[in-house]
Amino acid sequence: MEHDVDAATGNAAMTPEHVPGDGAGRTGGGNGRGGGWGRLRPAMRWETGLVVVVIAIAIMGSSLSPQFLTANNFFNLGLNNGEIAIMALPMALIIISGEIDLSVESTLGMSSAVLGVLWADHWPMLAIFVVVAVVGALAGAINGLLVTRVGLPSLAVTIGTLALYRGIALILLGPRTVANFPTIYTNVGIVAIPHTDLPYSIGIFIVLAVIFAIVLHATPFGRSIYAMGDNAEAAMFAGLRVKRIKTTLFIVSGVASALAGVLFTFRLNTAVQDNGTGLSLDVVAIVLLAGVSIFGGKGSIGGVFLAVLAFAGLQNALLLTNFNQEATGLVTGGLLLVSVFVPNAAMFVRSIRRAVTRMTRRMPSEPALSMPRKDT
Amino acid sequence: MTATLAPHREPGSPAPASSRRLADRVFRIREFGIVAVLVVFVAVTASIQSRFLSSTNIQFILVDATIFALLALGETIVVISRNVDLSVGSVLGLSAFLTARLASNTHGLPLPLVFLAGIGIGLLCGIVNGLMVTIGRVPSLVVTLATLYIIRGADVLIVGGGQVVPSSYYPSFLTISKATVAGIPDLAIVVAVVIAGGAYWLRTYRSGRELYAIGSNPDAARLAGIPMGRRVFTAFALSGAIAGVAGVLWASRYGTVDSTAGTSYELQVVAAVVVGGVAIFGGSGSVVGAAIGALLLQTINSALYVLGVSPNWDQAIAGFLLILAIVLDRLISLRLTASLRRRSARRGA
Repeated sequence: MEHDVDAATGNAAMTPEHVPGDGAGRTGGGNGRGGGWGRLRPAMRWETGLVVVVIAIAIMGSSLSPQFLTANNFFNLGLNNGEIAIMALPMALIIISGEIDLSVESTLGMSSAVLGVLWADHWPMLAIFVVVAVVGALAGAINGLLVTRVGLPSLAVTIGTLALYRGIALILLGPRTVANFPTIYTNVGIVAIPHTDLPYSIGIFIVLAVIFAIVLHATPFGRSIYAMGDNAEAAMFAGLRVKRIKTTLFIVSGVASALAGVLFTFRLNTAVQDNGTGLSLDVVAIVLLAGVSIFGGKGSIGGVFLAVLAFAGLQNALLLTNFNQEATGLVTGGLLLVSVFVPNAAMFVRSIRRAVTRMTRRMPSEPALSMPRKDT
Repeated sequence: MTATLAPHREPGSPAPASSRRLADRVFRIREFGIVAVLVVFVAVTASIQSRFLSSTNIQFILVDATIFALLALGETIVVISRNVDLSVGSVLGLSAFLTARLASNTHGLPLPLVFLAGIGIGLLCGIVNGLMVTIGRVPSLVVTLATLYIIRGADVLIVGGGQVVPSSYYPSFLTISKATVAGIPDLAIVVAVVIAGGAYWLRTYRSGRELYAIGSNPDAARLAGIPMGRRVFTAFALSGAIAGVAGVLWASRYGTVDSTAGTSYELQVVAAVVVGGVAIFGGSGSVVGAAIGALLLQTINSALYVLGVSPNWDQAIAGFLLILAIVLDRLISLRLTASLRRRSARRGA
């Protein structure tokens, strides 16, 4: 597949419909990814598509149920997806850098368990927060070090820690349930931010999204994430500290998951060992829907924001139409497939068009189709 | 194998015969390592709690491990080709429910037909996965992640809140998993034969060897003229069909089947495969290793139970073992690369 892509890029520089410079100055490995505008343009197009999808979902939702476009419903919609949204931000960075973190749901569960156990032991809440943050950072650091320093595939590592961290939650809590959290904290699941209809978790998500967007799109650190996702070896030879940056990303993901764990626990006012089971796949689905390439090197935080809207809107519309709650995976999975098939279909069409152009070029007997070219 | 696991380029390629002998030896050591861990584990557990080696307990472990090892067989075929099938748990669940309902609604239906139905359901899912991976050119991780959701969702829609209970089957369905020959479950014998067949195919047949080639270096495999699409498609179809059969066995073993059967089983299967020495990035590993990996994980679960360790520890231990296994695998492959490099350097000098 890489071969086709490379050949395609080589051709793209010669076909007139492509802007000169897009792909010309790069040395292979790219399919419109990497490098300035070449990276941004397809991302913008993807986001335009997402905007259309979000609007379509809003229209569909409001026609299905008059409750869809109410402030109250928006609150619920945000509330149910706040934690997933928060975890999607670092996940986007990790996938852009060419790795994946499937352990986020278990880090969430483990943080929830630590919170529950320590609260049951009458620790002061602030100290618990510190411990939970450290636990999240440690969980991420273990992932990151195993991936970068030992050199293991992140898929395998994080499947392992998915089981390990959930297992630790199970050991800590067992069948116990801790539920008597103070109202001031559990209010995150009931009360909106003053003067708005936004739940606190979504408020936090928006602030974090702005920070992540700035870091990813406007700092050298962010650019280096794209570079290593495009070609880790080249990034390393270019002097980027690939291992250190990737480890940092995993740690950030761990801390964000711990934060999500705290919010999750307070929202439901329960710490149980299976808090957040199955959320990792939701998070990955959102990030891929956002237009982040599973191969790395491509994607944007704006896309993640829109994907969260689309995902939450769709789940919510299904909820209002009394669709079987357990079966929403059907829709999530479908969405995931669509989001990977659409760009592939576009690439497929483009490669056919290119093949047609190449064929017509070989047949100068048809003047209507052959283009006047200097370089052939 | 070295091409997959070693990040550094080989300075010169060693003669194929010697490298194969070396690789063979490491393979043998690797499987030997898992067997050794298994033996030590059984010995220690049995010395603490003799009940562990009671024939009933052994039968239980073998039957559970059998279903597990069967899934590991399908997963290994896929993983060797540098893909992954995360949908096996959902396929198992769907097949388990549909065949269980078939077996309880239509008494008198011959058992082979029930199995055929299971294979058909699984095959269909596998074909869908395979087509999307090969023709759709979507990474298998994404495809099977999506079908994991979709098949489970379909399962939930079909099953609703219902379940099939053991009393509704005709008796012969439940005895599939209980019949024994000389104390060994029939099922274990049949599956052992199937796994041996799978191992023989992968080792000996051209189509099997080509899966290793694809997983080891896809570009080289393509240039060598290997029909990659067809092979990978076959791998997914096989994995699906096997998960379908495993669903029938699951229904027979546990009796009660609802929409949650086999949930998150896929990760355990991947864990067994990786513990069994199959490289997650393809090109290396054996079906027998994966089967022993499955047996080991199952034995550990059972041993913890017999030793009175709280089942709360199961998952953490499984996760820890998985990580340990891939770390060891990495260290072994690094050592192998180093020794190959030394060897070729000597030859060059």
